[in-house]
Formats: sequence, structure tokens, C-alpha cells
Amino acid sequence: MLQRIRKAQLLMDAACEITGRPINIMEVCGTHTVSIFRNGIRGTLPKTIKLLSGPGCPVCVTHQGYIDTVLELADRDDCLIATYGDMIRVPGKNGSLETKKSAGNVKMVNSSEDALQLAKDNPSKTVVFIAVGFETTAPATAVAVKQAAKEGIDNFCILSNHKLVVPAMQALLSDENNRIDAFLCPGHVSVIIGYGAFREIVEQYCKPCVVAGFEPMQIIEGLAEICRQIIEGKPEAKTIYTAVVTEQGNLTAKSIIAECFEAADGYWRGLGKIPKSTLILKNEFGKFDALKRFGITEKPEEDTTGCRCGEVLCGLIDPPQCELFGQACEPQNPIGPCMVSSEGACAAWFKYNRREKRS
Amino acid sequence: MCLAIPARIVKLEDDRAIVDAMGNQFHARTTLLPHAKLGDLVLVHAGFAISTIDENEARKTWQLIEEIDQFNDTQNKISG
Repeated sequence: MLQRIRKAQLLMDAACEITGRPINIMEVCGTHTVSIFRNGIRGTLPKTIKLLSGPGCPVCVTHQGYIDTVLELADRDDCLIATYGDMIRVPGKNGSLETKKSAGNVKMVNSSEDALQLAKDNPSKTVVFIAVGFETTAPATAVAVKQAAKEGIDNFCILSNHKLVVPAMQALLSDENNRIDAFLCPGHVSVIIGYGAFREIVEQYCKPCVVAGFEPMQIIEGLAEICRQIIEGKPEAKTIYTAVVTEQGNLTAKSIIAECFEAADGYWRGLGKIPKSTLILKNEFGKFDALKRFGITEKPEEDTTGCRCGEVLCGLIDPPQCELFGQACEPQNPIGPCMVSSEGACAAWFKYNRREKRS
Repeated sequence: MCLAIPARIVKLEDDRAIVDAMGNQFHARTTLLPHAKLGDLVLVHAGFAISTIDENEARKTWQLIEEIDQFNDTQNKISG
């Protein structure tokens, strides 16, 4: 193992020497973020390799308008909100799902199927499933919608905010202020979409895209592979997480997503509106779309004053550069979503790098 | 949220499985992995198996999950 680490370090040093400037590598997965902090990986890298935590945590990228819409639905007597636990503490303009939970209108579920069961058990209410997450969770939602259609479970619907990773990465690179040289691509999202999905980014922007697993050696060797590509001047889409990530991904999951959803323009926290980045239900499944069901539109964006989660998500600042960080905003009293989620950059930074200020 | 959990299929009827991860048993569907069979180790995410996985890789991920749980526990203790 020491030999592998040494080899990785040599590649990183060589890449830094060739570029003659710091190399910024963005990870786009909350679990990578946690593993990087948990294992102290930043401290083992050459000073010229900088890791940026990108929009890889579904809770963090969910825009305020969506949260406020969820909270409005939670206030309705005819609704029952079914949500993954991750979303429960995200603050909106008017409280959080946690504060509404005591009224009995909010239930935590572990899967879309649990949400469907909740609908069967509560025929007098309409169950609204808070469908968040990237391509890893989207197929689960699609299966539930198909099952609801097949079994005629009409008191079930979803408020979709499923996000697509690749359009967000493209949006980041399209911003002229971006400082990203390469991406460490998400492990389990890539199980679904396949590493081939990142090829268009490589072709369009000439940036290395390497999929890695979550254990420290995978992350270090993923970063080394990026450096190898930089040295050779040949960016590629590649996986070193070959145990579970193939070029094509999970074809069954991809086809179920395509059967139920289509890509639409959608809002991301900090990144604004990104073309074709959010999955919405196709017309034939329109009756399971909560916005159509209740004849509502999503609430407008109203970002929390002073919160700089958006800039954190774009890799423009590190969490300690936000004035609220560690003062008004900390894990027990989070102001922004990157502090709410344990996968958020702010929460991870709070735990491990609290004293560090970066300019 | 995007971390899938390795688990072994200990019961399977159509696409409805009971899986075992680190001694915890729970329900999972194999809808997205039509070739999954009894005894297979699979990655389970949000109630669905999304890929098969070998024993060695599964063990590494279980270890990581334990570490992340500890991470979250300490975080709660520090902030609470």
C-alpha cells in the first residue's frame, strides 16, 4: 500500500510541476466529501493540489423554492408528506419539515415503496413523496410511480427534484470564474449512469473525469489518475472503481428513468437555472406530479440572507470564508443546507477543519 | 445520500428480496437488477439493488459505512 501511495504522490508532484500552478480537483459526491475529511486526505496531498467540494449532496443542491413548496404542502390537511430523513431538517422560509412533523403530516420513509405503502394505508390523504436525489434515487421513484399507475393508487404523487449530475458539471465549467481543472466523479451515481456519461464533458471542456470509490486508497488513486492524464495532456472519462462501475451503467435503471421522466430546466442552489438538469414526470404520468395535482407552481427563490452555500457548492469559496460559518451556523442550528446534511461541505469542514481559514 | 449499502440476498420472491447487511436484515427490490439471485451480494440504494458486488469490495464498503456512522455520531456529540 505504501508503494501505491508513493506512486500516487509522484504523479501528483509531476503534474503540479508541469502546470506550474495549483491544480483544482472538484469532487461531486457528498460521500467523497465525508471520506476525504474523515481520512484526512487533504493533509496528505501536495500543497498545490486543491480539493473543491462541488454540488454532490442532494440536500445541499435543493433550491430554497422547492423547500418552501414542500413546507406549504405540509401545511395542507389533505396531504401527507413522505420524505427521506436527509431532508427533514433543511430550513425553509417558514420552519422545516421537522417543525411540521408534530402535526402528524410528515412521515420519514426509507424508500419510495414505503411512501407508496403509506398511500395505501391512508386513503383519505394524498401522499406526496419528496423525490430528491441524483440518478441513484431517481429509478426508485420511477418504479413507485409505475406501480402506482399499474395498481391505480391515485392518492400518491411525487414532488420531483431529481437532479442530473452531468448538466451541473457542465454548468460549473461554463462559468468563466470557475477554477476547476478536473472532476473526481461520484461512485454510486456512476453505477447507474456509467462512466461513459462523463465523456461529453471531456470532449467539450477537455477536463479529466475519473470515477473513484469511497475508501481512501480509491480516492488517492483517483486523484493520481487525474494527475497522470494532466501530465500526458490526454483527458479521459475513466473509472478506477471497476468493481461496480461499468461504461454503460445499469441499463435497466436507465431505461426505467427514461420511461417515466424527461429532463427539464431546473434550479440548483447556487448554480441557478441549469438547462435539462432536473427530471420531471412525462405527461402520461402527469397525474402523479404534485405540482399538477394541486395546481401549484414552485415558490420563487429566496436565499437565506448571508448564507454562502451557493458559492461553496460552486467551489468558489471554502466554508470558513462564510461569515456565518461556525458562528450563527453550525450543525445543531444550521442556516444553510451544506451544514444540515452530514454530507455537506460545511458540516464536514466544521467537524475537521474548524480552525482553518483559507483565503 | 448516494452511498449504497452492500447486502446479501437471503430471500427472494419475484423482485422482492430480504437482504442482510452487517447482520441487519431489511427489504429490498431487485427490479433494477433482474438477474440477481439468492445468495448474491448486491449494492442496495433507497430500497433497490443497483449492482452486484464481490465479497472483498463489500467488506471495504461496510468498513467505510461504520466509519461514517462514527463520524456522524461524533459530529452530533460535538455539536450537541
